[in-house]
Amino acid sequence: MSRAWVFGDDLDTDQIVPGRYAPFMVGQDKFHLYAFCDARPGFAKEVRAGDILVGGENFGCGSSREYAVAALAKLGVGGIVAKSFARIFFRNCVNLGIPVVESDEASTLVHDADEVALDLVAGVLRSPAGDARLRPVAPFAREILDAGGVVAYLRAHGDFPKLA
Amino acid sequence: MAKTLAEKILSRVSGRDARAGDLVIAPVSRVMVHDSVIDAVIAGLRDLGRDRVWDTSRVAVFVDHAAPAPTPVVADSHRVLREWVRQQGIATFYDAGEGVCHQIMVEEGYCEAGTVIVGSDSHSNSYGAVGAFGAGMGATDIAVALALGRTWLRVPESIKVTFTGRPRKGVTIKDAIMRVVREIGTDGARYACVEFHGASALPQGDRITLAGMTTEMGAKAGIVVGTPEAPDWLFPDHGAAYANEVRIDLSALEPQIAVPPRVDQVVDVSEAVGQPIDVVFLGSCTNGRLVDMRQVAATLRGRRIAPEVRLEVVPASRRQFEDAMADGTLLALSAAGGVIGSSGCGPCLGRTGGVLAGSEVCLSTANRNYRGRMGSADASIYLGSPYVAAVAALTGVIDDPRPYLEATDEELDALIARRRAERPGRGAASVRSGDRSRELMLSAARSGVAMEIDD
Repeated sequence: MSRAWVFGDDLDTDQIVPGRYAPFMVGQDKFHLYAFCDARPGFAKEVRAGDILVGGENFGCGSSREYAVAALAKLGVGGIVAKSFARIFFRNCVNLGIPVVESDEASTLVHDADEVALDLVAGVLRSPAGDARLRPVAPFAREILDAGGVVAYLRAHGDFPKLA
Repeated sequence: MAKTLAEKILSRVSGRDARAGDLVIAPVSRVMVHDSVIDAVIAGLRDLGRDRVWDTSRVAVFVDHAAPAPTPVVADSHRVLREWVRQQGIATFYDAGEGVCHQIMVEEGYCEAGTVIVGSDSHSNSYGAVGAFGAGMGATDIAVALALGRTWLRVPESIKVTFTGRPRKGVTIKDAIMRVVREIGTDGARYACVEFHGASALPQGDRITLAGMTTEMGAKAGIVVGTPEAPDWLFPDHGAAYANEVRIDLSALEPQIAVPPRVDQVVDVSEAVGQPIDVVFLGSCTNGRLVDMRQVAATLRGRRIAPEVRLEVVPASRRQFEDAMADGTLLALSAAGGVIGSSGCGPCLGRTGGVLAGSEVCLSTANRNYRGRMGSADASIYLGSPYVAAVAALTGVIDDPRPYLEATDEELDALIARRRAERPGRGAASVRSGDRSRELMLSAARSGVAMEIDD
């Protein structure tokens, strides 16, 4: 089981990693330690590999900074479930292999620090209050996620997944 | 079937009959990369097993986000970037001080209308100012585009924004786009393309303000219809389907203020009057052009800014910097007490050139007011037009700029004195060095700025 970290609507990437802690400001080996340093102090120390972030509408809006997602990947975040995602953030997560899944129910069903399990096969996020149904991930994105990200996909296949 | 601009462009470049919701693989006409993410882009290319970018003539690289380098770590990253540019043989390279990537991409003609351009910055939507489908992406997407010369895109739904009328004196296109953000919200255009109608006659700079700020509504792209740069085929079909439509009557528009910490928390200026301001930032790809600097100089009319206020001026590019230098605008702004920074992103994203301390309040002409955006997470950022910025610098508070523009010299002094007296004691009064007389400041301002400045 993993822990849920619950956030609200319109969580912007400046909250995930503030620009002043960009890798090229503090170094490639340190920037992830500033994840949520303003919005949720202590997150980077307490988060465990496989933990799930749960959010509301427009998760990851704002700056295109991929290092916000890279910080979460480095910390081992196992997936993000939100009502909706900002577009660049969504792409960045797919590219770096973090499952991003939309769910209308998760943010009301799941409470911060709940024990949860992300079951992509069954299409649910299991939580103490019940299963939150997930929207299916588009096949194109699913293929990239299954490969562990776009770099791994392209290395294996040489080109993008085939379009329907 | 009738197509939107986005559907037309993506159909043409992908060679498919692209409709909103389809996925397409699109060749890109150019890839823009900047200093902030260069390490990840280089690492991404390496991880992809590619030594070379697909076409060096179609790659543009900029050092603007933290430039000139504020720390040794940043300086080192810039060194790595320059080495990479040299090894790759990329000629379109703009080093620190040349300006903000988006301003240069548009004003130096790197954005071809009707093509897809991807950039490593979220405000790459700006290229819609000249009719290009510009989209911001993360470092790995950019690395993939550099390797393949292609990217994947979901064809966006479109939102039609129509402007009618002319803004009154003291109201700008920045107010217009903030009014649109107020209407649509920070996620109202998520995954969508915002199409601007009734904006084709605007100066190119104003069109950059419009297209760039579509990012703040979550848009994938923002494109101005009918720009002078657009080819004949590039127009939305009559009867094209839109997910949403917004009409703004510019003639009825009030100056707008975005209240921290949300870009869509927008009010008429009357609701923010009296808010004390410590720092004014005039700059960014949104409002760092000659016209913006002129509007501020014209509003100051030879007056010095309030002694407790700092005014940071960062021209958007060397071209804008030099034009403002040549016509006296920068002299007027410096003599008024402004600090002129080198062209680039400046403090817009909190990395260099006058970042904010905790509890400080900034009036910024840029595009974002998130918590922590310009420095301390405890600072507050109000967004407004250059006119509002000028008045905030003069008085130390937010106020409606229009009475200041209409006032006689005596009335102007009285207005300023009253607002300064009402402002609660904050900061410390700075002596302004230099010895420009008001006459000299005025003549500098006048040489650059006709008092009946274009609105």
